[in-house]
Amino acid sequence: MAELFSLQQIVNGLQLGSIYALIALGYTMVYGIVRLINFAHGDFYMIGAYAAYAAFFLFNAYIAPGNVLVFIVLIVAMLVGAAVAMLSNKFAYKPLRYKPKLSSLVTAIGVSMFIEYFFSAFPPIGPSPRGFPEVLPKVMWTMGSAQVSNYVVIDLVVAAALMTGLTLLVQKSPLGRAMRAVSQDKDAAKLMGINVEGIISFTFLIGGAFAGAAGLLAGLTYPRIMPYMGILPGLKAFIAAVLGGIGNIPGAMLGAYIMGIAETTANAYNSLLGEGIAFVILILVLLVRPTGILGEKTADKI
Amino acid sequence: MGTIKLPRLLIAALIFYVVVTILSLDQVHILNGYFMVIINRSLIFVILAASLNLINGITGQFSLGHMGFAAVGAYVSGTITTLVLKLPAPQPGFWITGPIFIFMIAIVIGGIAAGLVGFLIGFPSLRLKGDYLAIMTLGFGEIIRTILNNIDYVGGPRGLLGIPKFSTFTTITLFTFLIIVLLRNLVQSSHGRAMLSIRENELASELCGIDTTRYKVMGFVIGAFCAGVAGGLLAHLLQLAHPTQYGFLPSALVLIMVYAGGMGSMTGSIFAAFSLTFLTEGLRVAFDNIPSFRIGTMDVRIGTEWVMVIYAILLILIMLFRTEGIMGMREAKLLIIEEKKKK
Amino acid sequence: MKSYVLSAAVAAILAGTFLSCGKKSNEIIIGGVAPVTGEAATFGASTKNAFDLAIEEWNGKGGIDGKKLKLAFADDKGDPAEGATVFTKLIQQDKAVAILGPVMSKVALAGAPIAQAASIPMMASTATNPKVTLVGDYIFRACFIDPFQGTVGAKFALEDLKTKKAACIFDVGNDYTKGLSEFFKAKYTALGGEVVAFEGHATGTTDFKAQLTKIIAAKPEILYVSDYYNDAALIAKQARELGFKGPMVGGDGWDSPKLTEIGGAAIEGSFFTNHYAADDTRPIVQEFVKKYKTKFGAEPDALAVLAYDGAYLMFDAIKRAGKLDGPSIKAALTATDMAVVSGQVKFDSDRNPVKSAVIVEVKNGKFVYRATVNP
Repeated sequence: MAELFSLQQIVNGLQLGSIYALIALGYTMVYGIVRLINFAHGDFYMIGAYAAYAAFFLFNAYIAPGNVLVFIVLIVAMLVGAAVAMLSNKFAYKPLRYKPKLSSLVTAIGVSMFIEYFFSAFPPIGPSPRGFPEVLPKVMWTMGSAQVSNYVVIDLVVAAALMTGLTLLVQKSPLGRAMRAVSQDKDAAKLMGINVEGIISFTFLIGGAFAGAAGLLAGLTYPRIMPYMGILPGLKAFIAAVLGGIGNIPGAMLGAYIMGIAETTANAYNSLLGEGIAFVILILVLLVRPTGILGEKTADKI
Repeated sequence: MGTIKLPRLLIAALIFYVVVTILSLDQVHILNGYFMVIINRSLIFVILAASLNLINGITGQFSLGHMGFAAVGAYVSGTITTLVLKLPAPQPGFWITGPIFIFMIAIVIGGIAAGLVGFLIGFPSLRLKGDYLAIMTLGFGEIIRTILNNIDYVGGPRGLLGIPKFSTFTTITLFTFLIIVLLRNLVQSSHGRAMLSIRENELASELCGIDTTRYKVMGFVIGAFCAGVAGGLLAHLLQLAHPTQYGFLPSALVLIMVYAGGMGSMTGSIFAAFSLTFLTEGLRVAFDNIPSFRIGTMDVRIGTEWVMVIYAILLILIMLFRTEGIMGMREAKLLIIEEKKKK
Repeated sequence: MKSYVLSAAVAAILAGTFLSCGKKSNEIIIGGVAPVTGEAATFGASTKNAFDLAIEEWNGKGGIDGKKLKLAFADDKGDPAEGATVFTKLIQQDKAVAILGPVMSKVALAGAPIAQAASIPMMASTATNPKVTLVGDYIFRACFIDPFQGTVGAKFALEDLKTKKAACIFDVGNDYTKGLSEFFKAKYTALGGEVVAFEGHATGTTDFKAQLTKIIAAKPEILYVSDYYNDAALIAKQARELGFKGPMVGGDGWDSPKLTEIGGAAIEGSFFTNHYAADDTRPIVQEFVKKYKTKFGAEPDALAVLAYDGAYLMFDAIKRAGKLDGPSIKAALTATDMAVVSGQVKFDSDRNPVKSAVIVEVKNGKFVYRATVNP
């Protein structure tokens, strides 16, 4: 059993967890404010990866691979992710805001299906996988018995930085206060003069930007992009958010790392367990502690 | 369940059966084998959509893993019939031991197995609602699929093969009819009204003395049973069952039918199952006939890959502009049980 | 809304029915089945390209007996239920005289009984499950079956690469990759080698590091990666990152330019069993690669090659049969002895092609011929 918990497996788990964390942060934020499981979030992530791919080939002619290029590509991916998220909100979710919650969920499934099938059918993109370019040269370090690449470090740092920034934004800024108000009670927030739709739109913007960033990092870490790449990570990131306590930003991060390490360990043990572990975690959490690890208990108001 | 008058629905089903059978006769040949396949698939989708409607539309729960139940039914009934077929040939003449009878029994056992799984999933549903429940049922569906993928006895990723072809238009129509009658009688009984009251207001119905726990689990069990029957029929139609047939996407398609037809309306589910299955095939034929054109040096062909894009847009449009679905809560007269006036 | 949906459905169906009624008698309808949507769309797209190319070429040469070939294509979405529907459609509605495809065994297994019952010959391009052609005497295939490639790979790893310890990684949700790994393991062990790790991964995952870490800890000399190119390339990358130095061996699922595009340096020096090598000097190979590249702007993968070959085998049989009825075409197919891109093809009594396999090496981003293995 020694290899189950080797240093290398922990590094593997952290890397996987970082990608989940980036997706989960956006997921949990949108859920926290709008109470909508945005099934299309995983597809925003896929779009982010494709945007980064396109941006790389667009700018590579002028700038050599390196930090500047990565920065530009990151900005493009985040912008595109944010734009798609806001558009989805405007055209698909906003009109249903005051309809039964589950209609929005079904619409989200529709949006997700639309994005996936459209990307797959649209000839310039197509269903074939593409190799993601090495926007940043890869460096490998040997740490004790483990091999660590600079990507692992970057994924960790970016996830931590975005989480911190987001927590500060939500907890300290006036905008964040408005977001929290909307999350608690839309009508009361409106009475307090908060532009509720504006706040929701902003939330989607942030969520989409995060998904875009995650798309770029996933492209770097697992250099293969395809139209259906967002389904599984999206689902697992959502489970991570539930595990950490949905709506809770540090919780999403914590949940994502737990998921990453749990999945790696399970995979190292047995592939059947590895495939199902995410859903087993989900069901256990929902049965034992539906509010998640860091989630606060909210009374179900009627 | 009070006095139930079947004839009207029975007559309608018989007319449907006779007309389709006549039209599909080789001599008439208005409905060729292709149409019969579409009709058979529609009927199986009718069972799936109507039973999901019981869970989602009537009881107000939410299942995203409906095909998971169908998988259980398909694998259980498929295993039974393939095993029985391996036995020494049953004696002809005794209809009890005849293959069709065994098939019917196997389908029902498959349904019961699915119902048991529904019972297991129904319990956690007592604690969860709405989107949490949705994601949980999705998880259950995925777990069922993963497990099937890893049991070599039922073929693993190769699927369960060699299932005899027992599903015909006749057997499928028979089962569909029985299930619609079952669901209709249930929904319009006092049990059904209790389920509806849970959907409308759980707390209030509890205060009225309704055992909400019991009815929620009941919704799941009966819904799962019907899905299991549908899965069994599908497996015996295709002569195989494969784990990937029962993933999230097929479940989502059934969900679309329920929403398009109208939450809580059996008529809507039946209508949507038929029209969406036919629409998909119609779109397929239509897209097949769009000629290709050239952009630069590339041949561009708008092909069948766009059918699913249209399907997705259709779903979004229905949700946006007619959230209550085509039928809303209404039922066709055929599906309403006439009440005898008591004095 | 109700009337809209209903009338749209009715209109679409009627339009389709009428359009397909206006069939010309100087056309031969060939059914084509592949998944162009869903998660297998990658494989379906190149398969469909190959069908189109083969039809275009035959029509360029004047068709068969003065009749033009017309492809009636249908998307199976990688779903058996959908497969059964489209097989029926192609046979009953479009009146196809033969069917090319599908790509996946599970779809082939749902479609084959329908083709068999209608006496319509079918040429599965890449359905590798041995049971597919056992459905009946109208079912043929253009690809190897699972046992053959796994065996060839194992022999090559033991005898040519002189290894004694191997590890396997495969997709647990894909019968092709699981089958290859199982047969590799069986043969490798039977010939005196040792399989030190046998690890599956979930379909659609991108992180294989947990399994690879475990595999590397078992210290294999070679890694048998039976996945398709898109996963195999990622596995190679991650295996190298984790410090695996030995060669990797795979199956024909590797044959795609995407393998080196995604895998880059990590895949260098690896080997895979295939039907042909792209540097094969036979004109038929060179011409195919060139034409495919011109028409679709990409290099063909193994799926395209097999679909193209399948189409050629089928058209050749139709031509030799001289008639369009199923039994004649079937009889002609059985007597096939034809040189196609993947080699000289004959069918055995189970309607599987008898052809030699080629070992290809990945060298400087190119696929280079290494050895030929006869069945």
